[in-house]
Amino acid sequence: MVSQTTQLAVKAEAVVKNFGETAVLRGLDLELPTGEVTVLLGTNGAGKSTLLRILAMLTQIDSGSISMHGVDIAQNGPVVRALTGSVLHSPMLYADMTVRENLLFFAEMYRLQNVDDLISSTTVQVGIEQRIDDRVRTLSHGFQKRVALARALMHDPQLLLLDEPESGLDSRSVEQLDRIIENYKSMGRSVVMTTHIVEHALEIADRAVVLNNGTVGLNSTNPAADKTEILAAYSSKANDQ
Amino acid sequence: MMGSLAIIWAIGRKDLLLEIRNKDVVVAVAGFALLVLVIFTFAIDLNQGNAKLVGPGVLWAGIAFAGVTGLNRAFALEVEGSTLEALMLAPISRDLIYLGKALGNFLFIAVAQIIVIPVFAVLFNLVVFRWEMLAIALLTTLGFSAVGTLFAAMSVRVRAREVMLPLLFLPVVTPLLMAAVESTSHMVNGRSWSDMAQWLQLAVAFDVAFIVVSAFIFQHILED
Repeated sequence: MVSQTTQLAVKAEAVVKNFGETAVLRGLDLELPTGEVTVLLGTNGAGKSTLLRILAMLTQIDSGSISMHGVDIAQNGPVVRALTGSVLHSPMLYADMTVRENLLFFAEMYRLQNVDDLISSTTVQVGIEQRIDDRVRTLSHGFQKRVALARALMHDPQLLLLDEPESGLDSRSVEQLDRIIENYKSMGRSVVMTTHIVEHALEIADRAVVLNNGTVGLNSTNPAADKTEILAAYSSKANDQ
Repeated sequence: MMGSLAIIWAIGRKDLLLEIRNKDVVVAVAGFALLVLVIFTFAIDLNQGNAKLVGPGVLWAGIAFAGVTGLNRAFALEVEGSTLEALMLAPISRDLIYLGKALGNFLFIAVAQIIVIPVFAVLFNLVVFRWEMLAIALLTTLGFSAVGTLFAAMSVRVRAREVMLPLLFLPVVTPLLMAAVESTSHMVNGRSWSDMAQWLQLAVAFDVAFIVVSAFIFQHILED
C-alpha cells in the first residue's frame, strides 16, 4: 500500500485540532518530502507536540486530512503506524522489565522476525548494549530515552518522529543521536523532530518549520542560510507569549 | 488469526510477568476477598444451613468488590508509565490491546480465586471442588475481565477513578453476579447441571455480548 515513488513523507491539509475551547491547530497545511530532516519550532503551546502526536496517531484531528507516503492515516491506522517510529516526551517503557524484555515485547507487537539479532544491532546503534539486562527502572532518564529510541528504530520505520529527543541526554549522547539521524536520512528515510535547542537543530535539519498560532508561520528549506530569519520568527513568537 | 492470538497472548503474558514481579493486583484482590470472607464468618452463625444459604453470595460479592481494586490497578500502571501509548503506537488493532489486557485481568482474578475459593470452602465448610465450580468461576471471571477492562480504561484518566470504576462496573455485572450466586447455590445444595443450566447460559450470553461490545467500544475510548 505504500508507494515507494511517493515523494511526500507527510501531507497535511487544513488540519484542525481543538482541546475543548482551546484551538491548537487552526487549518494547518504542511508538505514534507521524503529523505529530509525537518525540525518543528515554536514556543510552548505552538502545537509542535500535538502535531507529532497526530502524526504518531495518538491524537485524532477534528477536521482536515493527513497522509503519510500517500496513505491516508484516517483509513489505514495499522499500516501508517508501521511506517512511523516515535520517541515522545515520556520514554513509554515498562519500568519493571529489563531493556531486553521491553524490546522483545515491542518486537512482538510489531510482528518482527529475527528479533534477537535485531535487538543486538539496535542496542549497539543507540549505545545501550551494556545495560540490556538491566531493569528500565534502574536506568537514568537519558538511558531510558535511548531505549525508547531503540524501540522506535527496531521496525525500520520510514518516518521517525522525535519530540525533544535531546532532553535528558548528555553531549556525547546528543552527538550519537545526530549520527543516528544522519544515518537514517542517508537511507532515504525522513525525520520530524521538535526541539528547543534551536541553533543545534538548524545545523542538522534540511527544513525548519516555525509554528505560529496553530499554522505554519515559516517554512524554510535552507535552515542554515535562513538562520537569522528563523531565529527572529521564533523569538518574536516567544516575545508574543 | 495466529498472529492476532500471539499479540493477545504477548500482552497478557507481559502483564503476568509484571504482576509476578510486583504482586500488586493478586495480593490486593485476594487480600480484600479473604477479608470479606473472614468478616462474614464472624458475623453469621455458620451452621450448615446458613453456610449454604449465604455462602455463595458472600463469596461472589467479595470477589466482585476485590476485583474492582485489582482492575483499577492493572490499568493505572499502563497509564502512569505512558506504556498504553506505546501499545497504541504499534501497528495492531485496538481490539487486540483490549483482548490482551482482558486476558491479563482474567489471569489475575483467576489466580486470586485459586487462593480465595479453598479458604471459602474451609471457612464455610462447603464442598466446592467440583467441575461445576470450575465452570462457574471461569465464566464469571471472564465476564468480570471483559467488563472491568473496558471500564478501567474508561475511568483511568478520570481524577476520581477509584470511585468511578465501581460505579460503572458493579451495576453492569449484576446479572453475571446473580448467575454466579445462583449457580453456586445450586451446586452447594447438591443439584445437577440441568438445574443450573439457565444461569450458566445467562453467564455465557453475558460474556459473549460484553467481549464483542467492549472490544468495539475500546478503540474509541483510547483516542484523545
